[in-house]
Amino acid sequence: MLLIPCPWCGERDVHEFHCGGEAHITRPAGADTIDDAAWADYLFMRQNPKGLYYERWNHAHGCRKWFHVVRDTVSDQILAVYQMDEAPPDIPGRSS
Amino acid sequence: MRRQRFRLPDGGRVDRAAEVAFSFNGRRYFGHKGDTLASALLANGVHLVGRSFKYHRPRGIFGSGSEEPNALVQLGAGPRTDPNMRATTVELFEGLRATSQNCWPSLRFDLRGINDRFSALLPAGFYYKTFMRPARLWMFYEKHIRKAAGLGRAPDGCDPDRYEQTHAHCDVLVIGAGPAGLAAAQAAGAAGARVILADEQAELGGSLLSEPGRHIQVGDGTPADWLGATLAGLAGMDEVTLLPRTTAFGYYADNFVGLLERVGDHLPGDDGMLRQRLWKVRAKQVILATGAIERSLVFAENDRPGIMLAGAARTYVNRYGVAPGSRTVVFTNNDSAYAAALDMAAAGVGVEAVVDLRNQVEGDWPRLAREAGIPVMQGHTITGTRGRHRVSAVSVMRLNDAGDGVAGDVRQLKCDSVAMSGGWSPAVHLFSQARGALTFDEQEGTFRPGEAMQAVRSVGACDDAARLADCLSAGVEAGRSAALDVGCDGAQIAAPAVGEPALGPMQPAWRAPSDRKGVRMFVDFQNDVTAKDLDLAVREGYHSIEHVKRYTTTGMGTDQGKTGNVNALAIVAQQLGAEIPAVGVTTFRAPYTPVTFGAITGSHVRGLFDPVRRTPMHDWHVEQGAKFEDVGQWKRAWYYPRGEETMRQAVDREVKAARDGVGILDYSTLGKIDIRGPDAAEFLNRVYTNGWKKLGVGRCRYGVMLRDDGMVMDDGVTTRLGENHFLMTTTTGNAASVLSWLEEWLQTEWPDLKVYCTSVTEQYATVSICGPKARDLLAGLAPDMTLDPQNFRHMSMQEGTVAGIAARVLRVSFTGEVGFEINVPSRYGRALWDALIAEGELHGITPYGTEAMHVLRAEKGFFIAGQESDGTVTPLDLGMDWIVNWTKGDFIGRRSLSRSDTVRDDRKQLVGLFTSDPETVLDEGTQIVATVKDKPPMDMIGHVTSSYYSPNLGRSIAMAMIQGGRGRKGETLYAPMPDKVIEVTVTDPIFFDPDGQRLNG
Repeated sequence: MLLIPCPWCGERDVHEFHCGGEAHITRPAGADTIDDAAWADYLFMRQNPKGLYYERWNHAHGCRKWFHVVRDTVSDQILAVYQMDEAPPDIPGRSS
Repeated sequence: MRRQRFRLPDGGRVDRAAEVAFSFNGRRYFGHKGDTLASALLANGVHLVGRSFKYHRPRGIFGSGSEEPNALVQLGAGPRTDPNMRATTVELFEGLRATSQNCWPSLRFDLRGINDRFSALLPAGFYYKTFMRPARLWMFYEKHIRKAAGLGRAPDGCDPDRYEQTHAHCDVLVIGAGPAGLAAAQAAGAAGARVILADEQAELGGSLLSEPGRHIQVGDGTPADWLGATLAGLAGMDEVTLLPRTTAFGYYADNFVGLLERVGDHLPGDDGMLRQRLWKVRAKQVILATGAIERSLVFAENDRPGIMLAGAARTYVNRYGVAPGSRTVVFTNNDSAYAAALDMAAAGVGVEAVVDLRNQVEGDWPRLAREAGIPVMQGHTITGTRGRHRVSAVSVMRLNDAGDGVAGDVRQLKCDSVAMSGGWSPAVHLFSQARGALTFDEQEGTFRPGEAMQAVRSVGACDDAARLADCLSAGVEAGRSAALDVGCDGAQIAAPAVGEPALGPMQPAWRAPSDRKGVRMFVDFQNDVTAKDLDLAVREGYHSIEHVKRYTTTGMGTDQGKTGNVNALAIVAQQLGAEIPAVGVTTFRAPYTPVTFGAITGSHVRGLFDPVRRTPMHDWHVEQGAKFEDVGQWKRAWYYPRGEETMRQAVDREVKAARDGVGILDYSTLGKIDIRGPDAAEFLNRVYTNGWKKLGVGRCRYGVMLRDDGMVMDDGVTTRLGENHFLMTTTTGNAASVLSWLEEWLQTEWPDLKVYCTSVTEQYATVSICGPKARDLLAGLAPDMTLDPQNFRHMSMQEGTVAGIAARVLRVSFTGEVGFEINVPSRYGRALWDALIAEGELHGITPYGTEAMHVLRAEKGFFIAGQESDGTVTPLDLGMDWIVNWTKGDFIGRRSLSRSDTVRDDRKQLVGLFTSDPETVLDEGTQIVATVKDKPPMDMIGHVTSSYYSPNLGRSIAMAMIQGGRGRKGETLYAPMPDKVIEVTVTDPIFFDPDGQRLNG
């Protein structure tokens, strides 16, 4: 049962949250001009790293805010949380 | 007091003044308050308690706690019966009834004991090898095998007891109240930390409860003195919660630990009694003081009743005042069993000998044994045992010089019990569940905690400490440092001085040699796995310990191999010629001991299983005898049978009435989202496939929303209430997910849009009326509203008063008839409904339910999100090209509608189907084929999504998704059923009033 530090509400049990998958996927602008492969890449292709993972989470049963989480998929440790409009932080001693 | 033959004249912690009657296999016995079922049975000389899983061999009480593999009993009867209960952990209470499992017709004479004679024919993997081919016969064999090899029986009725769950937070959770755990709790509590101390036993104290203190001194007194003083001290600390009878069964992420508290299991029990409480504890720091589990020795015929762990024998003598027999042989590879030998001798049990596998036996404990006159046979081993229902003798031989075989003469030692010790394995289960790494201790032959991954410390025997002094000092230190880590730096305590004999080294002995070939040495007692089975598995190519485990089933019983797993591992390592750490351990999984479904479910049963949502008019539907269906958590009226009507008759009547007169539907469950903000129209333009910017205030528009992969997600009518204010409706089941979807896009993709979404589903009651007389009905109740067709057009909204209630009325239709959706604040829902019903009487108003609604919309070919569309369907597949506006710019899913996959012309497309026999109603989900073959498989080209009898058409209708369906109109296709083939013709999916004349009537 992960404990997730919501940037608005503080640490709460994982049951209150909904995981929105990989973060920082850019929705292509001017989609009409890109080919099927590039669009499919945006739609379907996601990383499944062993180590640092940048994810989107939603405090669905709380403040309902979306935010970003940096999680180590090996240890399940949450290394950082940051807001939707922030750039991914550097994790000291770790490279993504 | 009735005589208990093996109850010692004094000693033990049982209440000798309190006699407790109980029954085992129908026979009446007596024990004392404070006994377990196991200790009470042993006090009466009962060792044989069960039959083994596979060979049905007689089995006796083996341990004294939750590690017990053998003594599984069925407790109680009827709905309150509990299978697979370890007699060693069942507290005795007046009237307790227990029976043996896995034996027929009786425990002493078990017909399936025949399996034992033919055990050579039942090797590892026997069932896999014999019964798996042909696969279909497994279904036949399985039930017979299950019966022969079954454990206990399930209860035969609903559980009459109550269970509850609670959440708790603490600074320091201490698991295990033996010396190390008590010291840790005391130190953490003294420092000011909020502490929970949980222990699986009825009494806190752990090993100290079995420690007579003849050879050990704590401070100035006995171990029992220290225990008493410490418990009193803990009880006096306000911030310390003591939880006896509470097992920590699972250790999850971020120091979340599951505890099972047995509140009423030790009581006779009344209906509705609170039986168990599940604790969900979030601890800042965890201290594991879970102790160690004694290992069995793997020697020839080591499974006879009367053969038990030395530590268990010691517990029975010291804690319960029960002799495990009158003549015993102790068999060991380490010093701890000497304490058992000394205690048994002191209690008057004849100790025939300590048979020690080690050549050098010179430490303090063996010296004490020799001084007490106990014969010590060093460098010897037991090579076999005798006795049918109880061990009666053991054969002992000298080990050869290499230690891998036996030499010299066989000596027979007569005995009625054997106490064995193969060393102690730290109980690292929870540490490992917490994802901590284990390291192998070559010297002790044990896995011990290595690097931790969470805020957890292991102290005492679970950290491989064997001496009491080490347990106490480690406990104090861990308690203090855990408290400091959470910012508690109050009073500091010191560990007491301990005087105790030194412990000599143990000598791993994974398989004791025997002079007899092919003799059985049990490793996993519960699952009847022998050393030979493990050898065979390795020879057959199972080299991963996880594979060996599954193939032989070692460690897979209800005891999870607590006493045997390390032995199994070592034997596999020997066979592979590998080091033990290279073979690794099997995963330690939760739960540590079995957890009842009752506790996991807690109070989430019956009415509390899932929230139930009811509309404001719900009671009316109930009064009218409506049948209900669940739509999400909503209870919706399904149909309203009158008199003896069948469902079909009722639905036909409701459907006809909605087209011929006026029908009324409770539509309050419809999802409603209030959308406001200067960018609301732009937002809807991006969310829906069609255009929204030009929608006038007071006008309604139907929209379909897609996922970004182009697949239909939801649909509904949205009304523009003001320049910057919309009311969106969603399907009943998708209300919450659509709101989340809108929020996600607003927050993550378009944070620049100024839009606010609010769920108002439960704020409004919605009543839908439709049919040729709907306008007249509404006119009677809303004299101030303009209802004529020219001024209140289809797809528009009007605010006004209906039956004196402020209402928002939408002229919309999901049936193809003139329809009005009247929205009023929820608390007026019933009043509005009652007024409409009363007023409608002269128009022959007919309430209709969801089934009639489905028929009505199917007659019109309207799709339902989640029925026609299933997440793989685009609006183009549904033939709804008209809903997609290609020129307005981007919207969610737009680009995907031109992907190579979504433009295939053989995609499944929505069509209608007519069966050749108009009375035949297809089953929804039926697969459709173009060519019928004798038997499956056949090429399935589509499936039926909706199917009803249409009383307005006087025939059956169906909607279906068929490959290239729009090009197949008029084609004959087939629905192959188990007993016949149904012929169907492809049609347009709009069956009724295709020009929409009625809507404008």
